[in-house]
Amino acid sequence: MTQQVKYYQTGTYTVGNRLLDQEQRTVQASLDRSNALDSGHRACQGCGEALGARFAIDAAMRATDNQLIACNATGCLEVFTTPYPETAWQMPWIHSLFGNAAAVATGVAAAQRVKGKKEVRVIAQGGDGGTTDIGFGCLSGMFDRNDDVLYICYDNQAYMNTGVQRSSATPPAARTATTMPVGPNPGNEFGQGKNVPLVAMAHGIPYVATASVHDLHDLERKVTKAMSMRGARYIQIFVPCPLGWGSKPCDSIKLARMAAECGLWPLFEAEHGEITDSTKLRKPAKVDGYLKLQRRFAHMFKPGNEAQLEGMQALADKNIVKFDLLEEKGDEE
Amino acid sequence: MLKQMEGSMAVAEAVALARPEVICAYPITPQTHIVEGLGEMVKSGQLENCEYINVESEFAALSVGIGSSAAGARTYTATASQGILFMAEAVYNASGMGLPIVMTVGNRAIGAPINIWNDQTDSMSMRDAGWIQLFCETNQEAVDVHIQAFKIAEKLSVPVMVCMDGFILTHAYERIDMPEQAQIDQFLPPFNPRQVLDPANPVSMGAMVGPEAFTEVRYLAHRRQMDALELIPQVAQEYAEIVGRDSGGLISTYKAEDAETLVISLGSVIGTIKDVIDQRREEGEKIGCVAIRSFRPFPIAEIRKACANAKRIVVLEKCFAVGMGGMVASNVRMALSTQPVPVYNVIAGLGGRPITQTSLHNLFNEAAADKLEGLHFLDLNQEVVERELERQRLDECSGSVAENILRDIGAVAASKV
Repeated sequence: MTQQVKYYQTGTYTVGNRLLDQEQRTVQASLDRSNALDSGHRACQGCGEALGARFAIDAAMRATDNQLIACNATGCLEVFTTPYPETAWQMPWIHSLFGNAAAVATGVAAAQRVKGKKEVRVIAQGGDGGTTDIGFGCLSGMFDRNDDVLYICYDNQAYMNTGVQRSSATPPAARTATTMPVGPNPGNEFGQGKNVPLVAMAHGIPYVATASVHDLHDLERKVTKAMSMRGARYIQIFVPCPLGWGSKPCDSIKLARMAAECGLWPLFEAEHGEITDSTKLRKPAKVDGYLKLQRRFAHMFKPGNEAQLEGMQALADKNIVKFDLLEEKGDEE
Repeated sequence: MLKQMEGSMAVAEAVALARPEVICAYPITPQTHIVEGLGEMVKSGQLENCEYINVESEFAALSVGIGSSAAGARTYTATASQGILFMAEAVYNASGMGLPIVMTVGNRAIGAPINIWNDQTDSMSMRDAGWIQLFCETNQEAVDVHIQAFKIAEKLSVPVMVCMDGFILTHAYERIDMPEQAQIDQFLPPFNPRQVLDPANPVSMGAMVGPEAFTEVRYLAHRRQMDALELIPQVAQEYAEIVGRDSGGLISTYKAEDAETLVISLGSVIGTIKDVIDQRREEGEKIGCVAIRSFRPFPIAEIRKACANAKRIVVLEKCFAVGMGGMVASNVRMALSTQPVPVYNVIAGLGGRPITQTSLHNLFNEAAADKLEGLHFLDLNQEVVERELERQRLDECSGSVAENILRDIGAVAASKV
């Protein structure tokens, strides 16, 4: 039975598990999944972070035979999963501070080494604020020492837990509580921001990847690959936030897919500082469709703000070239 | 074994005897030699089964320590001055999570103006952070107290800060009687954590607690410190039985029983104070001193008992709460609130200013005559102060206070000679 699966038969990148061979199915499709982030937590409807974390952690749990410890930065993920005495974590889990998850993970990993527990692995995780801003020093230190930690950043592009303020991962033009759409240049500034996957690569660490909640097969594969390696690894997962973005909860997956398809969120992998692969786009979409579904970008469509739309399209076009996202002719199966 | 060695190296050897499993190293004067010494011991194999981690900041140093301690490893780090401020958030976090980390503070002033020399404002800035704070008078005491600190910390699940005066102790070469490894192995059992990150028995650590329980959590942290008031002398006793030396405890007294003037202080200056007391005793003055070793928990009962017969108390401290006075004196006054005895507060030795015997004699002369103000600054140059105040009165834009003063006293010109 080697009937070829046509991935695009639904008109999207969505692949129904039932169409796949057993070994290709997601960890989530398995009855043996660990449910490391269990149900009953307090995430909002349509939360991309909860979905991303569930897939990422369960994939890491499978890859390590459940010998996994998680270190969490302060943020939505921490708050919605664990007010004492309740916890959604069916795994050893520690939260210390907003800005030190990477360093705490270094310490946990050091303890495993000194105790001779080679099989016990460590992940650190946080949102974009806890990673690209306040946790950046500790993150860079962990990369620099090449500590045996996988750091996962769930990137929803602002400080959502405190009420949607700008972070260094907030895209240009976006409305946040600290970049309001008023004045001649509404929303977040163009020409600012921090691409932490690229900064991570500059450390020369074994593995860096971007992922997204619209392609959970790819996400699981990248986490599994990361856990097959030792040393410092980094994955930044694109996780839409309906509350912060002003989007419909039912559109979270769609928005993640659209961000990738227009080039604003390039999916790529890198090893030891060199890009090794990127997810190709058959026909890049324009950014308008992605932006229109979010109230944080609503001002961009008002007369007089055309330059913002052009600026955003230019960013997407630049990504398409930089990360080699265009599918070459003849690549199609 | 008797050795002649630098205080920092002695502390490094003492810490190594406690068999730490994770050490986080970040340089800051004057503690740096300690972690340098430990690094060499780990590299050479003298200290086995130990992960030595060069971190990128003090905040990371203690954060890595939080991770390793939560994962069940005996953890040590050292810091000073600006470093302890930079890690302040993690200082509170470590105690809140009940992680028995031991940390040396090589006491140093806090800027601005930046100053690398000794006072104790750095440790004092963290006095309410939930750590036990033990202050050492000599390097021998530093050696013994560091080893005891691990036992105290792990028995109570509370982190312990061992405070030793920067340069005066950390860089002083003195005779040290170093305990044997076998003695310390007998004294200090392996770390058996109250709670540990372990896939075989998953727990969630560090989760949120609301108003319904937060008060009780904080109260119990206080209770643990009250327990430490009993444990610290016990551990000193156990240590003395094995190592054969009295070291540690909550306070120590010197010629205090019949003293009319009782000097209270902490750290290395106690040595100078004792010398001055000896000289004044020869002249017939009834003067003695109390060294506070445990500043947190604060030994209220012991202080009260030691001060019961004194006619006046002089609290001499190398730290200063701007806008208030001394932190130590505030605590002593509270302890003695029911005893009608004057408590004079003397701020001394800030930013490394030497505390000389001559200055102490002058001070104690004034104290004996009850002529001291409630808050006194030892060797304050009043003339320089007045000149700067006058300058500020005359010119709104009078510039940097520190620079002006140095010009006034001629330090700038003198340094060119």
